[in-house]
Amino acid sequence: MKRPDDFETRRQHLKDLTEEELERRFWELAEKIVDPLIELAYKHTSPSIERSVLLRMGFSSIEAKAIVEGAVDRGLLGKGAGHLVYRLAKEKGMDIREAGLKLVEGEMWDEVVNIFRGGEH
Amino acid sequence: MQLKPNEKLDIENILKDLDKYRPKRRGWTWRKGTGQRRKIGEFEYYDTSESLKQSQPLPAAKSFDEIDPQPDSIITTEIASGRFEDDIRRMRMAAWHGADHIMVIRTAGQSHFDGLIEGTPQGIGGIPVTRKQVRAQKKALDIIEEEVGRPINYHSYVSGVAGPEIAVMFAEEGVNGAHQDPQYNVLYRNINMIRSFVDAAVAKRVMAWADMAQIDGAHNANATAIKAWKVMPELMVQHAINSMFSVKVGMKKENICLSTVPPTAPPAPCMRLDLPYAVALRELFRDYKMRAQMNTKYMESSTREATVTHVLNLLISKLTRADIQSTITPDEGRNVPWHIYNIEACDTAKQALIGMDGLKEMVQIRRHEGELARKVRELKERAILFMEEILEVGGYFKAVELGFFVDSGYYPERNGDGIARKIDGGIGAGTVVEREEDYMAPVTAHFGYNNIAQYDESAVDNPSKLIGGCTFEDPDKIVFIDELDENDNVYKRLEETREFRETSKIKPEMEWQGDGIIQITLFLPTEERIAEVAAIEIGKRMGLEDVEVIHKEIMQLAEGTRIELKGRVPFTIDTSELVIPPKPEVMSDEEIRAEIEANPMRIVAATVGQDEHSVGLREIIDIKHGGIEKYGIECHYLGTSVPVEKLVDAAIELDADAILASTIISHDDVHYKNMKKLHELCVEKGIRDRIIIACGGTQVSNELAVQQGVDAGFGRGTKGVHVATFLVKKRRELKEKLRNED
Repeated sequence: MKRPDDFETRRQHLKDLTEEELERRFWELAEKIVDPLIELAYKHTSPSIERSVLLRMGFSSIEAKAIVEGAVDRGLLGKGAGHLVYRLAKEKGMDIREAGLKLVEGEMWDEVVNIFRGGEH
Repeated sequence: MQLKPNEKLDIENILKDLDKYRPKRRGWTWRKGTGQRRKIGEFEYYDTSESLKQSQPLPAAKSFDEIDPQPDSIITTEIASGRFEDDIRRMRMAAWHGADHIMVIRTAGQSHFDGLIEGTPQGIGGIPVTRKQVRAQKKALDIIEEEVGRPINYHSYVSGVAGPEIAVMFAEEGVNGAHQDPQYNVLYRNINMIRSFVDAAVAKRVMAWADMAQIDGAHNANATAIKAWKVMPELMVQHAINSMFSVKVGMKKENICLSTVPPTAPPAPCMRLDLPYAVALRELFRDYKMRAQMNTKYMESSTREATVTHVLNLLISKLTRADIQSTITPDEGRNVPWHIYNIEACDTAKQALIGMDGLKEMVQIRRHEGELARKVRELKERAILFMEEILEVGGYFKAVELGFFVDSGYYPERNGDGIARKIDGGIGAGTVVEREEDYMAPVTAHFGYNNIAQYDESAVDNPSKLIGGCTFEDPDKIVFIDELDENDNVYKRLEETREFRETSKIKPEMEWQGDGIIQITLFLPTEERIAEVAAIEIGKRMGLEDVEVIHKEIMQLAEGTRIELKGRVPFTIDTSELVIPPKPEVMSDEEIRAEIEANPMRIVAATVGQDEHSVGLREIIDIKHGGIEKYGIECHYLGTSVPVEKLVDAAIELDADAILASTIISHDDVHYKNMKKLHELCVEKGIRDRIIIACGGTQVSNELAVQQGVDAGFGRGTKGVHVATFLVKKRRELKEKLRNED
């Protein structure tokens, strides 16, 4: 879009504000722009976020990548990749690392699918 | 490991046992002792921070008792050679010159790498930021900060498609600061906007946990927009979006730094454009920190021009506020920065800031009247109008789709050339998924919906309790990957340069150990094109390899061109084969005084020939400059431009022990010709065997002076004590000689 500088017309509603009022307005607008973005982030996740969870759970970057790929392939990312590992460990009485490494090797995914989607399919 | 100033950092030692290394501390550190007046040397400073334990003062400090006052701003240096092992040595040099924020640039393309990179591959224009490289550099900085006596902040980038993972790795490794701004990904890296903002929230929460300082990416609009001064209203909007987003995610305002650049440079009347902007920004963002970046947009290959622009940028920092003062290497317009230019940039900042110490005590911005006041208000209004229109069109994503950002119009003017991105386009599009009702992540510092309560109500505020603590509580859980590529790694590179660490061989170096690069400045009396080609030929005939012209400047279209060349020397120098003249011996003050007291000494001194430069000689003589008078040596100063004959006659008349002659002018070797004449005249008059002749000047070398027949030559940096020591020793020698002859 092309538009000439119409600052003088546009600023009519601002011209009588004090600078203090201008600054307050500036920050109110910033908040209005950002709120939906925060809401979006609150409700969603991504492969990188899930890998970052697995890193914090004590997996290497290579292991985390494999687990997240497995979760994406099975439509389970919305559960949380760390959740999958946690739950598998819990159900099978394994420790976290042991359970995760099984998934890294492509094993026990059926169990995971069963745990999370068992009742739904 | 403790460092000695005269010992090199041992890179191999840094690499040893890295898998077990834990960073000394986490979190950002500001300089200490600011906001108080401080006496350093003979002066009182208003705007300094605590001095360093060990440092390299500015060149002129020689004349000021070697003081090295440190400004109150953090000083940044950006390091980007592509080999982290060589960057470590540069970090140490920069720290000695006052840098306490080391920003490590990432290799080209890393922001599009979906995951962490491991090992130590070589990078382009930066390093692949991997855990191993980060850990090695952090370990080195932990040692270097002990050496200089001030905490050093280590910094890199949490941007691109792997932001959350990088943030976690940084938090684990004790990285102190990072760039994080989802808008940067969207606009300049074409990463999908949804992915970018969703990732950013987790990345920022992790950074907040690690108490890292965050720097935003708004300054890139400046570097990208064709007319950088037109994007000023938008820059404030970009800063506001990232700042507000960060606060809402849980970051403290004092850890949020705005990356701000004075948008213009001369020949634009830059202060008049840049200063109102700087004031408006600092007012709107008074709770936030300012990271003052220097202008790169209008940087050409002249290091001199860049330096002047940067000093003007520093004036803006000084007149307004810079919590972090960035430095841009003046060679950025032509190279990936070289060691020496990182250091020059640090010195430019330190020199300018210290030179302007206390400026605001005497100079005030006219904030409430005139042009600046009007412009400040106008900028704020234009930014507000920008945000109003973002909301009108349906929010941030819509505004990006409509090309609102980096438009070259002065908003609300629009030129239709902004960067537009599609909400479903870009790298990582379609990879974001909604968190389901039972979504769960049993880790610390996780942002967003997290159904921990389904497993343990008591773990809601401490999710990692579910797994007995995550890596943030228990670093032993971190999995360290050493190397993945058997050819592209630090050990292979170190093997190739081993001789430069373990033998006495050296090569010149600009970026990497043993790169052999040198730079030559020359003037050619011809026009630009011819000069360029001729210069390359000159470089080749000098035996250089990979010769390139890195800078040219017209002096006058026909009369000539200044050229700067770079090239590689194909040989090494074995320092053990060099004949290195011993450093001038210095006797103690007491020893010299005792000798003079026992055997009084008289000298005559003058600047000879047509030379009116007397400062150097006065420094050698005058008691108030620590000159030889203070030892009781009787000095007869004859003045400037004294004929050699007169000097010799005076020496005879006063029965002097020595003649001290000084010449600054070295044109056509006149300084050496005068020395020869002085020597010959003394011979002619029959006094040469009992008089000492010492000559000095900025261009004088001892070897060449002695070749002219005089007893010693003193060059730049000579102090009274050197000359006094020489005179005492030489007189003993002469007496000894005369005794033997008797």
